[in-house]
Amino acid sequence: MNESAEVVAGAFIFIGTLICLISSVGLVRLPDVYTRSHAASKSSTLGVLAILIGTQLYFLISEGYFSIRLILGIIFVFLTAPVAAHVICRAAYRANVPLTETSAEDELKDYFESNKQELSKTEMKNE
Amino acid sequence: MAFQILLNFLLAFLWMIFESSFSINTFLIGYLLGLLILLIMRRFFNSRFYLWRVIAIVKLLLIFIKELFLSNLAVLKLVLRPKLNIRPGIFALQTKLESGWEITLLANLITLTPGTLVVKLSDDNQTLYIHAIDIQEVEDAIEGIKNSFEKAILEVSR
Repeated sequence: MNESAEVVAGAFIFIGTLICLISSVGLVRLPDVYTRSHAASKSSTLGVLAILIGTQLYFLISEGYFSIRLILGIIFVFLTAPVAAHVICRAAYRANVPLTETSAEDELKDYFESNKQELSKTEMKNE
Repeated sequence: MAFQILLNFLLAFLWMIFESSFSINTFLIGYLLGLLILLIMRRFFNSRFYLWRVIAIVKLLLIFIKELFLSNLAVLKLVLRPKLNIRPGIFALQTKLESGWEITLLANLITLTPGTLVVKLSDDNQTLYIHAIDIQEVEDAIEGIKNSFEKAILEVSR
């Protein structure tokens, strides 16, 4: 009973750490902020999820203890990780961080240009 | 929806009082009977029978988990490929959704789908600007996924 718990939980935790490792390799290899945040936001959420599930299973099977805090942790990671990636990307775009040279198209550019002109107009009025 | 759930709880408590036994089992039986009564009486409510909406929420949750796994596999494959020949780009997507939480949910789902990430929501809440990691091959497929997400969210909120 105890050994099977250790094997299953160990497999989950191993897969989780492997996913985290690969996502950090992605952070090094990918060319710009936006593609990097793809790797950071997606793979690390699944890695953390697998590690937390492994921990949960270990304590559930070996000691019969069901931890509701781990479940809450999983839910919070799921809710917050995509929002964080979105906010970082948006801040980077606002700060004029360029995309890589290989980028195909950029439909957001026109939107921001027109927005900026309007903003400067309203600022002029306020002054 | 909240009103129907509250009514169902009240019916279950009523059943517990009728039986004069206050245990979880009696509550569950009363809840199921109340569900049946609400199903029969559903044409007197303004909104839909709430169980369908609960089923739609569960369906959305399953889609979410499936997409999370697929997107992770896609990104892992991309990272481990020996040569990086990707073409990132930003494209615009019109959305029909209106209220704030629906758009937030859609943006979160898009961020967790393979190869897409929401960069900006326009000020009139109608266009999402999405950064795609490999724009040439996925764009059509992504449109299809978006439509299914949007449909699932509309199914919940309607």
